[in-house]
Amino acid sequence: MTQLALVIDLNVCVGCHACVTSCKEWNTSGPAGFMTDENPYGKDPTGTFFNRVQTYEFGEFPNTETLHFPKSCLHCEDPPCVPVCPTGASYKRKEDGIVLVDYDKCIGCRYCSWACPYGVREIDEKQRVMKKCTLCVDRLYDETLPVSERKPACVLACPTSARLYGDVHDPDSEVSVAIRESGGYQLMPEWGTQPANHYLPRRKTRKQIHEDELVRADNPLKKEQRGPSKPISEPTLDDSTSW
Amino acid sequence: MHPAFSVIFLTTLIGVGQGMFLALFSGQTYSAVELLPTSNSARFYATGAFIALLFLVGGLIASFFHLGRPERAWRAASQWRTSWLSREVIVLPTLMMLVFVYALMHYFEWDTVLFTNAKGARLQLTLVVACFGMLATFALFICTGMIYACLKFLQEWHSPLTVINYTLLGTASGFALTTAFANLNAPELMRFYAIWTIIITSAGGITRAASLLRNAQLKPKSTLQTALGVRHTKIQQKSMGFMGGSVNTRDFAHHKTALFLKNIKWIFIVLAFVIPLLLLWLGMQRRDTGILLAAFIVQYIGLLFERWFFFAQANHPQNLYYQTV
Repeated sequence: MTQLALVIDLNVCVGCHACVTSCKEWNTSGPAGFMTDENPYGKDPTGTFFNRVQTYEFGEFPNTETLHFPKSCLHCEDPPCVPVCPTGASYKRKEDGIVLVDYDKCIGCRYCSWACPYGVREIDEKQRVMKKCTLCVDRLYDETLPVSERKPACVLACPTSARLYGDVHDPDSEVSVAIRESGGYQLMPEWGTQPANHYLPRRKTRKQIHEDELVRADNPLKKEQRGPSKPISEPTLDDSTSW
Repeated sequence: MHPAFSVIFLTTLIGVGQGMFLALFSGQTYSAVELLPTSNSARFYATGAFIALLFLVGGLIASFFHLGRPERAWRAASQWRTSWLSREVIVLPTLMMLVFVYALMHYFEWDTVLFTNAKGARLQLTLVVACFGMLATFALFICTGMIYACLKFLQEWHSPLTVINYTLLGTASGFALTTAFANLNAPELMRFYAIWTIIITSAGGITRAASLLRNAQLKPKSTLQTALGVRHTKIQQKSMGFMGGSVNTRDFAHHKTALFLKNIKWIFIVLAFVIPLLLLWLGMQRRDTGILLAAFIVQYIGLLFERWFFFAQANHPQNLYYQTV
C-alpha cells in the first residue's frame, strides 16, 4: 500500500508563503479550473486556497518562539470527510492514498467541510463545489515533466526544504525516516483520523558543557612542575608601551 | 458553526410535516380500534395530509438553497451505505410520496376495510399506507438527527440526545398544528391532540434541557496544543495566513457575542416550550382555533430560534486555527 504525503519540518519553515503562492499558481491554472479570488484588490478580499501558512507564538516575553505553521489537507488514512459525502464526490484513492474531490459530482452541500476537524476543505464561491489540496496529483504522474519535478508544487517551491514528499508507508522513504528519526507527529491525534501528513517539531541543538571542561585539565606546565606565574600587582612595561 | 437559514428551515419545516403526519396516523389508529370517534375522512385526513405534504415540500425547497449545485442533487442518493445525508435524501421523497398517496386515498375514499375483528376494530387500507408512512417518518427523524450526531468532533452534536430532540421537537410542532387544524375540522379530536401535544412538548422540553446541560459541561477534546503539536501552555496565534475572510472564518462561526447566544437560548426556551404549553392549555379549555393556531406559530418561531442556537452552539475544532487575523 502506498500512502503519499507531505512531511513539514517546522524547525525549518520560515513562513515565507512560497508554498501558498506556488500552490495557488499551479492549481488555479490546472485542468480542474480556476481557484476563485473575490475582490483580490478590494476591501474584503477572499479566495480559495489549498494551503495556508499561519503564525503562532508560544512562551512569554522575552522567552518566546515563533512557529510558522503551513496547513493543507492531511490526506488522512481514515478520512472522516469521505464517508459523509452523499454523492461519492469525495474519495480516497486506493493506489496512492490521496483524498480527492470529483468536482463534477460535488453538489456543494458543505457536509464534508463540517466533517473535517482540520478545516482544510473550502467551498469555491464561484464554482460552488468543495475544493482541497490534491497533492498536485496532476504533477505526480505527468511523464512530460522531468522526474525531479514530479512532486507537489509547494515542495518544489520551498526555499528551505521544509516540505518533504514521499510514501509514508515505505519505511525507508525519506519521509518515513524523517518521521522516525526527527520526532514526526500527527495533528489532533485524538480523533483517530490518522493524518498521512506529518509535522516535524521545532528542535534545538544544545551542547552540554560540564564545569571541569572549563578548566584545562591537561596543562603541560603542570607536568613540568612549573605553575603559571602569579598575577603581578605593580605596573609593568606592558601598561605604558604599545611596543 | 454558522447557522444557515436554509438548513434551519429545512429541519423545522420537515419536522412539522412529519409531526403532523404522525398525528394523523395516531388519530386514525385510535379511531380504528374505536378509542376515538371516526372523523370525516376526506375533510380531515386528506386535507391534513396535504398540509403535512406542503410542509415537507417547503423543507425540501429550503434544502436546495443550501446546495452549491442543486442541479446535481439527484446524485446525493448514491452513498446511502455510508452517509446519513444520503439516507435522508432517499427517505424524504419516500415519505412525501407515502403522504401524498395517503392523502389521495382519503380524498377519493379508497378505503377498503381489510378485516374487522369481533370487537369492531377494523384495518383499513389507508392505515396500512399510514403504517409505512410512520416508519418512513421515524426513519427520516433518525437520518436528520444522525447527520449531526454522527460528527464525533462536533461534541455538542455527538449524542443520542440530538436524534431524540429532532424527533420530539418535530413531532411536538406537528401535533400542535394538528390540534388547531382538528379544532376546525374535527372538533371531537381536538382534546386528544391537545393533550398529546402538551405531553410531547413537555418531553421535548426535558430532553432539550438535558442536552443544554450536557453541552454546558463539555470539555473540548482538541486544544491548540493538539492542533499544532506544541507542548506549551501559552500559545497565541499571530496570523491566520490571510488578512481577508475565508470559508474557514465564515462557515464555522456565528460571529455573535456570548450574551447574544445566551439570549437566544432563553428566547427559544420561552417560545418553543413555555408559551405554547400555556396557549395549548388555554386553547383546549376555550376550544378556540385562534389560540391553538397561535400556540403552533409561537412554537414554530421558537423552534427557529432553537435550531439557530443548535448550530451556533456547536464549536468546530477547526476554529482553533482561526483565532486572529
